Amino acid sequence: MIPALWISKTGLDAQQTNISVASNNLANASTVGFKKGRAIFEDLLYQNINQPGGRSSADTTLPSGLMLGAGAKVVATQKNFTQGSVQTTDNSLDVMVQGRGFFEIQMPDGSTAYTRNGQFALNSEGTIVTPGMGYPVQPEIQVPQDAESITIGGDGQVSVKIKGQAESQVIGQFTLTDFVNPGGLQPIGENLYAETQSSGAALQGVAGADGLGVIKQGMLEASNVNVTEELVNLIQAQRVYEMNSKVLTTVDQMMSFLTQRT
Amino acid sequence: MDRLLYIAMSGAKENMNSLAVRGNNLANAATVGFKADLEQARAMQAYGEGLPSRVFSMTESPGQRMDQGGLMTTGRDLDVAIQGDGWLTVEDGDGKEAYTRMGNLRVSPLGTLQTSSGLNVLDDAGQPIILPLPMEKIEINQDGTVIGRPEGATPDTVEEYQRIKLVNPDIKSISKGQDGLFHRNDGKSEAATDQVQLISGALEASNVNVVDEMTNLIRLQRQFETQVKMMQTAEKNDEAQNQLLRMS
Repeated sequence: MIPALWISKTGLDAQQTNISVASNNLANASTVGFKKGRAIFEDLLYQNINQPGGRSSADTTLPSGLMLGAGAKVVATQKNFTQGSVQTTDNSLDVMVQGRGFFEIQMPDGSTAYTRNGQFALNSEGTIVTPGMGYPVQPEIQVPQDAESITIGGDGQVSVKIKGQAESQVIGQFTLTDFVNPGGLQPIGENLYAETQSSGAALQGVAGADGLGVIKQGMLEASNVNVTEELVNLIQAQRVYEMNSKVLTTVDQMMSFLTQRT
Repeated sequence: MDRLLYIAMSGAKENMNSLAVRGNNLANAATVGFKADLEQARAMQAYGEGLPSRVFSMTESPGQRMDQGGLMTTGRDLDVAIQGDGWLTVEDGDGKEAYTRMGNLRVSPLGTLQTSSGLNVLDDAGQPIILPLPMEKIEINQDGTVIGRPEGATPDTVEEYQRIKLVNPDIKSISKGQDGLFHRNDGKSEAATDQVQLISGALEASNVNVVDEMTNLIRLQRQFETQVKMMQTAEKNDEAQNQLLRMS
């Protein structure tokens, strides 16, 4: 009925999404391997009320028309895959990727997920798994029970020192997977991402080669959320929200003036 | 009945249209690269017999404010802002050239450089910019040239790809289309220029002046109320007229 009402509603919706994205970033400001997201807005299509150049009388035309925009919309929430800062932990199963690439995780349903979070742990069988749900890392690496220490090389090679043996023994290798457009990966929670059409196909490789990053043992990649930036985003989103709601109340007051005074 | 009622009605209706333009600006106060729409009213006289006092109003949008929005630094390689005047060239839904200052770019799975809404960014020759995948690093130079390193290449390799077509048309020759992108009025394509400079790792914020919009919101509300008041006056006049005609 009244276009301004619906236009300001789209603005309110957009800023609501903006706040959700910013608060999710802030909530994950200390999640290892977390990548910040951002909402992207675009103006909606325009509606021609008066065509510019339309006839205003028999021999005159309108110099400019009237186009009403339909408001704003969120076109995408984009993940920003810049490198997070380094946290040194000295835990032998903590690894980080310095550069491009994701660790591959085997999901219970047989599908594959990808993560930048290298806080791994061992399960009861000695397999290297993710810390939360215990999903095994691909390719699966079994650590023998009598292993004294675990060493992970820059290329992802995992070797163990077994009690009573002088030489260390190679038990497997972490591989890294890269995507053409990591921003197109679908975040599925638990620090995991799933491949989508827009991310492109998974490209497997060895760490440190083919442009992939290097694996570092005893370190973790902190979240790349910039807390100050998120606070600025929050302030801006709140004020824009308030202004759109001001449009809403203005229209409401005008309508109530109209109905009560006539 | 007096026609004053209709004049006031047209005024109130056009105030609502103006409010829609202002509301759209505020809804896009956080849209990257958005240019605020201007709004003004034009007097449209209805010619005919009697006193020439029948002037209706008509709201129109004569153009957009073209001043630069603030810069937001993001640090993302594929975010570009335009320094000063100028536009990025993209391919619109009809395959024609369109211009935008929305600089949050991305690479499609097939390697095409696109805007965040999936429109192809065009190069100097008017062709989409296609990068040889997989790429390890993609950057955009100050002059719009896309540079990068293919995956597996040595760190000192920097390959140059196509240059984003940057244009700086006369503002009078372009206007906003229904898709929110700017087009040339005559439908032709604009020649590329090397005078436009990009800032990589930053985005241009919307240039909506919220104070201006809020002030106009108040102005429009009060003007609307005046129109309603005029409608009331018209009604009172009619009543008085009826009173005179009544036989007492």
